[in-house]
Amino acid sequence: MLTVNNLNVTLDTLVLANDMSFALEPGKVNVIIGPNGTGKSTLLKTLFGDIQAKSGVVSFENETLQRKQLSRWRKQFGYMPQDIRLDVELSVLEVVLLGQLNTLGFRLDDSVIEEALSALDKIGLLHLADRQVNKLSGGQCQMILFAQALMRKPKILMLDEPVSALDLHFQHVLLDHLDAQTKEQGWVTIMVLHDLNLAAQYADNLLVLKDGKLVANGHPSDILTPSLVKNVYNVNADITKDSAGIPFVRTIRNTRTTSSSKTSESNNLSGTRKKIISIAEGAI
Amino acid sequence: MQSALISDAVSKQRHSEKRRWTVISILLAVLAFSFVLDIATGPSLLNVKDVAKALLNLIGFPVEVDATTQVIVSSLRLPIAIMAIVVGGVLGVGGAEMQTLLNNSMASPYTLGMAAAAGFGAAMMLYFGSLGINTNIAVPLGAFICCMLAAAFLFALATMRHISSGQLILAGIALLFLFQSLLSLVQFVSSPELSQQILFWLFGSLSKASWSNLVIIISVTVICMFFLIRDAWKLTALRLGEERAKSLGVNITQLRLRTLIIVAVMTATVTSFVGIIGFVGIVAPNIAKMLVGEDQRFFLPLSFIIGAFLLSSASVLSKVIVPGALFPIGIVTAIIGVPFFFWLILGKRR
Repeated sequence: MLTVNNLNVTLDTLVLANDMSFALEPGKVNVIIGPNGTGKSTLLKTLFGDIQAKSGVVSFENETLQRKQLSRWRKQFGYMPQDIRLDVELSVLEVVLLGQLNTLGFRLDDSVIEEALSALDKIGLLHLADRQVNKLSGGQCQMILFAQALMRKPKILMLDEPVSALDLHFQHVLLDHLDAQTKEQGWVTIMVLHDLNLAAQYADNLLVLKDGKLVANGHPSDILTPSLVKNVYNVNADITKDSAGIPFVRTIRNTRTTSSSKTSESNNLSGTRKKIISIAEGAI
Repeated sequence: MQSALISDAVSKQRHSEKRRWTVISILLAVLAFSFVLDIATGPSLLNVKDVAKALLNLIGFPVEVDATTQVIVSSLRLPIAIMAIVVGGVLGVGGAEMQTLLNNSMASPYTLGMAAAAGFGAAMMLYFGSLGINTNIAVPLGAFICCMLAAAFLFALATMRHISSGQLILAGIALLFLFQSLLSLVQFVSSPELSQQILFWLFGSLSKASWSNLVIIISVTVICMFFLIRDAWKLTALRLGEERAKSLGVNITQLRLRTLIIVAVMTATVTSFVGIIGFVGIVAPNIAKMLVGEDQRFFLPLSFIIGAFLLSSASVLSKVIVPGALFPIGIVTAIIGVPFFFWLILGKRR
């Protein structure tokens, strides 16, 4: 179990985690959602030990995150950061192999190469193994980096927006594989997503952040409500549930509000002004 | 079916590794040829066959060869030819690791001010009359100390947690300007004779090569190369970006500091003995990257070999441009390097 108690993180004067506490169970996919700049990536970096918390305790299996034992702490992690650029003269296989960095020797064993190839095969990218990564698309790079994170055989797997560059097909390939592996291997999986419907479909546990605060934590079907979406994103939404009870979020455009306010403003204008505006609109 | 595809992919990887070893072997052969040519050229032009024979004699295969040729080869030209290879190799590797560390293909110890600092150190020693020590020891010592001081400033920056590679490069360029200005100042206040002496040191020259200098340079190079090869995979991971390397478990601050120290020691050692030789550090790694990619298991040795080849062939050129006279090698490398540099910049633009 990964537990976070009373975590406080500030960068300069910005509060990015405000007295945050939660516990994440192994074998479950935890999804973090929330508006931009609310502290989602910061939370992942803090758990990884890259950003130092102002106060609070992070622990996993009787071990506590401490700056002095950072390398030991990080050995338990597979971490896929947000940046997916791979501007380097390396083959896809070589990039995936780096997931096993600490075990690689000067001469590579067949077994470790096979393991990397099998990781690529599982996500349907075996045919790219000998291609140069700097010639691939952003989405392909993202899938390759996912295979690399899996190669680390982590206890805790963290992914920061892992589907941001993927098409519909690969979004599901990645998330289905992630879900299956999390359950099979008993990982604590934590990922940041922006798509609420993907989050609802794949999360066993949803953590909703706003302004550095954990405003909701639970199964999507229990916590995802129109009022939560309105409160967190300031967007109106309809939420329906499918036969399995999974919520589906349909956001509602605010255009009607805009056009009606335009009409009411227009009614208050004087005749001459209306004429000027109509001439101007005609000219446009 | 899948296992057949996987074993096919394994053999493709093995084939790719073999191809890269072949490239390294070919360039090693080219280097050997340039090495023999370097020994053959000079005021008295020797026959390549005789040079090969003299070399065979030296490594314990007795072959009949003219006594004068044997003396010229073993006492005069061999130390210079080996020096060209080791110095070129070190400059190539120094550039390769600077480029890896700073994620910039234009970085090298030369562009980061380390060579300029060494030049300033040497100039200061010449200015102060070697402080009463033997000039042959004092000048390299001054160059080494100043080069390490410049590097220490970069180390201090590199250990700061939130210093980016870009900021390190800017700091290095600032150092380059600082030491170049200080060097000009020393030359400005020196007598014309001394100024000329400083200038000649700055041109770079392999002529001071001796077996005792070589022992120092080769020992430093072998130790440093061992540590770099040991970090080969970590350095490869660093090319994916600092954040990603960190996510793979690399301690970036430690790796950056360790590599910087190794490169600084290697560069300071060779620069202190031969003076400033530019461009090899930028050109060699870029050619190596094009030929074998950035897997450091191949990239590192090939950067050494190409650097060695460039300096060795520059050494040959420096002797044949003006027959009978020795053209400063630092000038020759820059003349070869500049057109390549432009080709590189324009190639990147495409």
